Amino acid sequence: TMRRGVGTGAIAKKKRAEMSKQLETFKSHLEEFASKHKQEIRKNPQFRVQFQEMCATIGVDPLASGKGFWSEMLGVGDFYYELGVQIIEVCLALKHRNGGLITLDELHQRVLKGRGKYAQEVSQDDLVRAIKKLKVMGNGFGMIPVGGSYLVQSVPAELNMDHTVVLQLAEKKGYVTVSEIKESLNWQKERASHVLDHLLKEGLAWLDSQAAGEAQYWLPALFSELSSRDVSPEEASQMTP
Amino acid sequence: MDRFSWTNSRTELNETYVIEQRGVRLYDGDEKAKLNVGTAFLTTHRLIWGDIKYEDSCLAFPLSQIIFIEEQAGGLGKSAKIVIHLHPAPENKEPGPYNSSKYSYIKLSFKEHGQIEFYRRLTEEMTLKRWENTPISKPISTGTGSQGGRTRAVGIVGIERKIEEKRKELDKNISEAFEDLSQLMVKAKEMVELSRSIANKIKDKQGDITEDETVRFKSYLLSMGIANPVTRETHGSGTHYHLQLSKQLGDMLQAPLEERGGMMALTEVYCLVNRARGMELLSPEDLVNACKMFESLKLPLRLRVFDSGVMVVQLQSHSEEEMIASALDNVSEKGSLTAEEFAKLLGLSVLLSKERLLLAEKMGHLCRDDSVEGLRFYPNLF
Repeated sequence: TMRRGVGTGAIAKKKRAEMSKQLETFKSHLEEFASKHKQEIRKNPQFRVQFQEMCATIGVDPLASGKGFWSEMLGVGDFYYELGVQIIEVCLALKHRNGGLITLDELHQRVLKGRGKYAQEVSQDDLVRAIKKLKVMGNGFGMIPVGGSYLVQSVPAELNMDHTVVLQLAEKKGYVTVSEIKESLNWQKERASHVLDHLLKEGLAWLDSQAAGEAQYWLPALFSELSSRDVSPEEASQMTP
Repeated sequence: MDRFSWTNSRTELNETYVIEQRGVRLYDGDEKAKLNVGTAFLTTHRLIWGDIKYEDSCLAFPLSQIIFIEEQAGGLGKSAKIVIHLHPAPENKEPGPYNSSKYSYIKLSFKEHGQIEFYRRLTEEMTLKRWENTPISKPISTGTGSQGGRTRAVGIVGIERKIEEKRKELDKNISEAFEDLSQLMVKAKEMVELSRSIANKIKDKQGDITEDETVRFKSYLLSMGIANPVTRETHGSGTHYHLQLSKQLGDMLQAPLEERGGMMALTEVYCLVNRARGMELLSPEDLVNACKMFESLKLPLRLRVFDSGVMVVQLQSHSEEEMIASALDNVSEKGSLTAEEFAKLLGLSVLLSKERLLLAEKMGHLCRDDSVEGLRFYPNLF
């Protein structure tokens, strides 16, 4: 009976006042939580995971903006945004060597090194979340599942399923040959060559045509971790667990 | 590794095989044992390991020797492992491959996977303790029964207990934090639902809501980290915060852009700006949303997206024609150029040099030679 004549303005205003009030209440709850547990978030990667997953479940992105409550009061924002900077810098520094592809392990190690001994602990989950945020800036950041972990891509090189599967094949030894591809994947030679050529062009693979037997295509992203431990390619191919 | 004794691979009376796994390498503590990769066998009574080639010389120790086991995840180039902590070898142990060891644990490294199932079965056998019920005929030196050897192994057990205590204490602190977190999330969820109901009202009454109210609603969403349910676009565009930010960037980026030939990749900008701020950093989304407002604020910068998806901030004064002309000039002068060479010439990043060359190609001024040697651009003489 009262419906007609009640302007939308009035309803909107009431709702708006309600939201305003709720926001203030929530803010104070968050402040209380922060005062008790801010340290926990800083120090405990597991807790961060829980926190992130809960936010995702209810439809909240605590990392969307530096101006968000979560960021301002819990300090989660600065933690991940700074990590983003460090990730970009590591990837940029190594790009000439690995073409813009790096294992998550190596990225993790180098980021930790760059942060120094007294910095907060950073887990691989933290890196993955920071990388997901970087995607929005359009530089081709992505993750490719390989051998139980990931390769992090930081260039806009197009990598389709064929490329990915060859990378996965190369993971064990750090290199791959045309014969291995043909055998393992049951491909024709042309398809294998096409994929390998693309990887060479993008600077993701290097060709060792002097290798005994057959030409080997090395992925610097995969063997740079090994070479940093002074393991020769031959030793690498008899790689230990 | 000094807990092992030589044995053949045949089971004794009352002993049953539980599971076997190929491709297992043994470790003495953290060091690889000087043995090949072999097969691990789990029985109701023992852990046996053997090299297929030498069936009669297997290694084994009784399961009762095990204190506790852990899983060690694999990684790139590393196989998953099971770490087995053991009581010291009893005095009457039959001889084995090692006389002594500085380690009180061994590892099984699973080069052909299978660790999950093996771990599960091993845990199960250790819980069931079937060896206690059905002693096997051949006197295998069990050394330590479930009670027997504890006094000798006090050191290890003591450490184990400390770890357990610490874990419990950590759990307690964490569980309080999780409690509080869960409650906080319940409240946050209410905010999400409220925002949805408001958004629905806005959608229904499109046009009846003032600009001011829309902006205010957007800033609520921004504070809470809720995606804008009306437009589905990344929240925050059109808020006061991003407006201010856009203007700040306009000022801040002028000089760096000039230094870099008028163009910077967005990731470069992100690093530059955040390093300068030191704290209260911008999120990637904040940066994108602020840059999107350059045009409407009539600032002399633009956000630009290349076909490849690469996003850059560009000075408006550095026009497209200029960039293409410069690319053409440089390539003509040198005969041909790759992105790397062009980058060196101009002092730009390889990424952006490549984009300029691609742009010039798109406009028909350059053509490419794409080989495994690399991508090289030539003036288009057609």
